[in-house]
Amino acid sequence: MNPPLPQEKTDGPMPEKTDAPMTIKPGERDRSLAAEVRSRSGTNFNCCFQCRSCGNGCPFIQAMDHPPNVLLRMVQYGMDREVLESETIWVCAGCHTCSSQCPMAIDLAGVMNTLRIMAMERGAAVAKPNILKFHEEVLGSLKRYGRAHKLGIMWRYKLKTRRWFSDMDTGLKMLAKRKLELRPSRVKAIKEIEDLFQHYWRKGK
Amino acid sequence: MSGRLELDFSYFPGCSMATTAAESNMSLMKAARILGLNLIELEDWNCCGSSSAQTMCADLGTAMAARNLSLAPPGRPLVAMCPRCLHYLRSVQARLKNDPETRRDLEERWGRPIPLGLEIVHFLEVLVRYAPGRLQQNVKRSLKGLKFVPYYGCTVFRPPSLAREKYYQGEMENVLAILGAQPIVGAYTHRCCGSFLSATDPELVTPLVNEIVDSAVLAEAHCLVTACAMCQLNLEIRCNSMVKLPVFHFSEVLALALGAQDYEGWFARHLVDPRPLLKELALVA
Repeated sequence: MNPPLPQEKTDGPMPEKTDAPMTIKPGERDRSLAAEVRSRSGTNFNCCFQCRSCGNGCPFIQAMDHPPNVLLRMVQYGMDREVLESETIWVCAGCHTCSSQCPMAIDLAGVMNTLRIMAMERGAAVAKPNILKFHEEVLGSLKRYGRAHKLGIMWRYKLKTRRWFSDMDTGLKMLAKRKLELRPSRVKAIKEIEDLFQHYWRKGK
Repeated sequence: MSGRLELDFSYFPGCSMATTAAESNMSLMKAARILGLNLIELEDWNCCGSSSAQTMCADLGTAMAARNLSLAPPGRPLVAMCPRCLHYLRSVQARLKNDPETRRDLEERWGRPIPLGLEIVHFLEVLVRYAPGRLQQNVKRSLKGLKFVPYYGCTVFRPPSLAREKYYQGEMENVLAILGAQPIVGAYTHRCCGSFLSATDPELVTPLVNEIVDSAVLAEAHCLVTACAMCQLNLEIRCNSMVKLPVFHFSEVLALALGAQDYEGWFARHLVDPRPLLKELALVA
């Protein structure tokens, strides 16, 4: 029999940051992070036996600070801060390669998505701030037009990250080929979109 | 088109097809018209929610995808071409089946029902289910000699939340082989193209895209044919390998084989010009 799972943790503050190496004592570890991730992602990852298939298949593994299987183990160990402030959760592009390769059918990409949302709810330091800024700009475009306007998104993204000259040639080539529309394509009933932002944006349940 | 039954579908283009991948949209419309498939654009559609909304606020992502469902007239399937749009529209429909509270809330907000029984299909599925005979009847320009790698990307490859849904493996090869082209095996076909990381971390994506394109070169393909507009863009803009192969949208190759004449406007928008290859194979003048 498994011990009963503790109550779900609500959006609590982040634990204190320390430089001391973390000692994990079996039997004393905090299971609340694992319980929350399990219930919110709808994925039972307790059957993970650390075979590393997920990390072996991941196209973006080299940009991650922890491979997906290690991150799962860290969740099980209750390492809230290390997990929610990891680069891994932001680098994951949700391609589901890990999820489809996992012999135990664990939806790791689903777990990553849950961890990103939890990281923002708890105000964790975002290890890849440029990726967050990009998502914010896409959201801004959706709010304004109901659709994604790529030129506007990239313009504002560059303004925020001050990466003006990186990747300029690609942008110019796309402009020359008319792949970046100057004017956004818009939803006519934009009121309906504004209304959705007002009612659903970060209201939670 | 005389004496042939026209089949009606609602069509969800999505942001990419409407803008950066307009050439895919134009060729898709052309091919559909030739095949007697009437794709009726969903009136006043909005973004499906995209990875960004799903990441930043799942409830908002659900609501955005749901609005599109509420705009779909009953009685005809909703067709998407973009795999991500298809994925979000379908998974939100599945989510709302189990969440009557949110569904009621949204329906009251718009005064429109959200059709939970609405069939949401990828254009590939429309072809193999409704039009296999029409494909053979309408080949005007055989693609004989064209060796292609079918590149599906990551998303039509069955995200787990949709594991019991239709599986598209092999359909591009099936369709293009009917039209005379030769599928090439042994290259990467489902590897992720980098998705939004292509915008935020291009230095991470370039080696991955190079691996995909290089694998097609090694397999001696002439080109890649993609099922996803974002993959097509990433494979073109992020590849800096010595040999760059043309990357077609599936709809372009399809429309070409069906005899479309207005291809100049599509191919002029490619960053790797496919016209020399097509001329060499005598597929275009």
